[in-house]
Amino acid sequence: MQSLTHLERLEAESIHIMREVAAACENPVMLYSIGKDSAVMLHLAMKAFYPSKPPFPLMHVDTTWKFKEMISFRDQMAVKLGLDLIVHINEEGVSQGVGPFTHGSQAHTEIMKTMALKQALDKYKFDAAFGGARRDEEKSRAKERIFSFRSAQHRWDPKNQRPELWNLYNTRINKGESVRVFPLSNWTELDIWQYIHKERIEIVPLYFSAKRPVVERDGQLIMVDDDRMPLKEGEEVQMKSVRFRTLGCYPLTGAVESEAATLPDIIQEMLLTKTSERQGRVIDHDAAASMEKKKQEGYF
Amino acid sequence: MSHQSTLIESDIAAYLQAQENKSFLRFLTCGSVDDGKSTLIGRLLYDSKLIFEDQLSALEADSKKMGTQGEGFDFALLVDGLAAEREQGITIDVAYRFFSTDKRKFIVADTPGHEQYTRNMATGASTADVAVILIDARKGILTQTRRHSYIVSLLGIRHVVVAINKMDLVDFSEETFNEIDAAYRAFADQLGFASVTSIPMSALQGVNVIRGGSDATAWYQGPGLLEMLEDVDVEEARVERAFRLPVQWVNRPNLDFRGFSGTVAGGVVKMGDEIIAMPSGSRSKVARIVTASGDLDEAQAGQAVTLTLADEIDISRGDVICGGQAPSLISDQFAAHILWMSEDAMLPGRQYYMKVHNKLVSASISDLKHKVNVNTLEQQAGKTLELNEVGVCNLSLDQQIAYDPYKENRQTGSFILIDRRTNETIGVGMLDFSLRRAQNVVWQEMKVDQEARANLKHQKPAVLWFTGLSGSGKSTIANLVEQKLYDRGRHTTTLDGDNVRHGLNKDLGFTDADRVENIRRVGEAAKLMVDAGLLVLVSFISPFISERRLARRLVDDGEFIEVFVNTPLELCESRDPKGLYKKARAGEIKNFTGIDSAYEAPEAPEIEIKTADLSAEEAADQIIAYLDARGYLSATR
Repeated sequence: MQSLTHLERLEAESIHIMREVAAACENPVMLYSIGKDSAVMLHLAMKAFYPSKPPFPLMHVDTTWKFKEMISFRDQMAVKLGLDLIVHINEEGVSQGVGPFTHGSQAHTEIMKTMALKQALDKYKFDAAFGGARRDEEKSRAKERIFSFRSAQHRWDPKNQRPELWNLYNTRINKGESVRVFPLSNWTELDIWQYIHKERIEIVPLYFSAKRPVVERDGQLIMVDDDRMPLKEGEEVQMKSVRFRTLGCYPLTGAVESEAATLPDIIQEMLLTKTSERQGRVIDHDAAASMEKKKQEGYF
Repeated sequence: MSHQSTLIESDIAAYLQAQENKSFLRFLTCGSVDDGKSTLIGRLLYDSKLIFEDQLSALEADSKKMGTQGEGFDFALLVDGLAAEREQGITIDVAYRFFSTDKRKFIVADTPGHEQYTRNMATGASTADVAVILIDARKGILTQTRRHSYIVSLLGIRHVVVAINKMDLVDFSEETFNEIDAAYRAFADQLGFASVTSIPMSALQGVNVIRGGSDATAWYQGPGLLEMLEDVDVEEARVERAFRLPVQWVNRPNLDFRGFSGTVAGGVVKMGDEIIAMPSGSRSKVARIVTASGDLDEAQAGQAVTLTLADEIDISRGDVICGGQAPSLISDQFAAHILWMSEDAMLPGRQYYMKVHNKLVSASISDLKHKVNVNTLEQQAGKTLELNEVGVCNLSLDQQIAYDPYKENRQTGSFILIDRRTNETIGVGMLDFSLRRAQNVVWQEMKVDQEARANLKHQKPAVLWFTGLSGSGKSTIANLVEQKLYDRGRHTTTLDGDNVRHGLNKDLGFTDADRVENIRRVGEAAKLMVDAGLLVLVSFISPFISERRLARRLVDDGEFIEVFVNTPLELCESRDPKGLYKKARAGEIKNFTGIDSAYEAPEAPEIEIKTADLSAEEAADQIIAYLDARGYLSATR
């Protein structure tokens, strides 16, 4: 008998994790960030419960600064798959006019993303939330469990993680606590792209190269996605062939110049370049262990 | 070997096609800080070209700042993760690393080697198929080598690679290598590995890390580490086992579809195969193997599928669908190896949640047979298991489960233990065998009587009758005893003198006749609760021997435990928690025991507590010890 391929094994493991949450947790939700990892996670959820629909809603924490194409893609996918979609916005942040240009990336991320996520989890009383994080993204993630527990205050304690052996997941929590579940923990960026290719998974067109209006700022190419972006002196908008390796808030997401317009092109480019994907994320450029600190405070 | 295939540039489509058929291997590295383990993993990542430029420049900066290799790269820095441990320079948890070659994708579990991290190593080993055990060529086989090897074998890893590292520091001596290799094989003989492969290596210089045939070790003809890991076959064994599908989720989108979803834990299943569901023993045939990409003709170990059956039989989460000719075993009493993972010691008798495949049950460790010294493999006597200790235990569950011995199937033979209060995972284990002889599918008829009810609660019911002066500490001690029993998962109730007089006995006063009736009713109520299998704590002054004898006669021998809370009158009076002595002295209360009414001390109480010498906590422990020693806290069968 043909032995299973690495993608088949990864797929089976992710499906196992999702079914476990559906069976054992009371009120799960899938955090859907619209990026390629979320696309894979959603695809796996559709497979895990077939012919049933995934027995949980999708939730998008919208910072109001996402690329427009992401939002339209999100809404199309929810309709196409017939899933419940919850969109949560930190309205308090909006009324205070919080944004990356006025408040800086750190405050913006803290208020519109981290705080907004906590608000949403509290509001809907979700006891389990799927996230698309992978262990290969960043060093502190490499040690996080697949089932990662959060106190009632949403804090993560890296020193007090539950042992995780075999595929036996301890899903028990006390009232008010919750668990973040990472079904893609063991996938790498290359696995994600190979799987998208093999399964023909739809992704946001921003991943593919096209002529887009960009401004060069602090060594990054930032796309001018709407008229909220103030131009500094000497900056000019240029049309360049660019694409994005990760998606987030448009002012915080650097584009790369590229001609890769198909999936094989993207994969080829990824394999031939030697810059890891997080480099495009402006928020990572803090201190070495910054992500660990953010996570302890409740960043996903 | 790395992603430097020329196909990437010339024909990406052909490259992707080829990559789709890669196999998969999870392995574990074990060794101590000084063995060069992180350096080895860093080297594997580096040499298989999986370090990106920005990571490399960060590595360069870090190497200068905190590296130990002068101007060279300190590969260990690539691998060490969390901030605290980076500063200490040791890995204190399990970290998972990923790399792949054109043949295989690898997941490396990187675990620390110190004795206090046995639990972390076991965690990494539980999902690995191969273990790479690092040995410093200068030091040879150490205590930790034996410990690592034992844990690896305990967790069921069949293939071991002995990486004899730092060969550059012993001039790549063939003799040193051979000595260590021979010594390791002699020791590992008792651990029953399917294969042991020794490789002479220098992780620092990259000798035999990727490929063999290094000039430095011209005398060595074997493979390099990565070559070996690319070729080792671990799949076959899984597929050859009996078919097992632990049911994870019942899939019911509508009334016409009832599927059983789960990950195949062993063997192969084909459409039309006869199956037997355990523990019920119901039989049917596989109607469909459903996946979102279409029905399958067959499914094998490792695949996540949904089965539908030809007949409507009752199956739920936690059951195991098995091949019709090879049902799993069932039992509720086991011998098992347990590795303790919590700072709080394992206590025999305490109730834990136990998760076995997809089944959650209540379990207690009825007996610790012996501990295993993880360094010497010697058996040692012991009462409890502390953090990182391994023991062979008897386990008692509240219901029958389907299982296989761990040696036959890691998925259906492993379990975790969960604390009922904190929900922490506090222990993990491997089922060895059932302690019941008959493992047939048919249930035995059983009369539900007092013994049956008590056995369900894993206890022997009794009345604990606390007698003593007012203010002697009866209720305080009784409450503590009940708390301790509760913590151990025992079923209790309390009848308190004051409280009973508010309800059941509120029509009674304090005449002699009413006092006797008061005791009779309390005794009868306690008897009913004993019949229900409970441990009943009665806290009553009950000053007269005859009243207490009356209560004693209501239940069987051995079911009445008289606890004399012996506190001198002066002490009670000085405590006077309810201000009653003061009132009695002032003549406001008549017939007050100890003042103007006698207290007849028991002549032969089962337990006497001298509270002048003991704290309430110590007193409660004394009572628990009595119950333990006389078998009240275990089932009678």
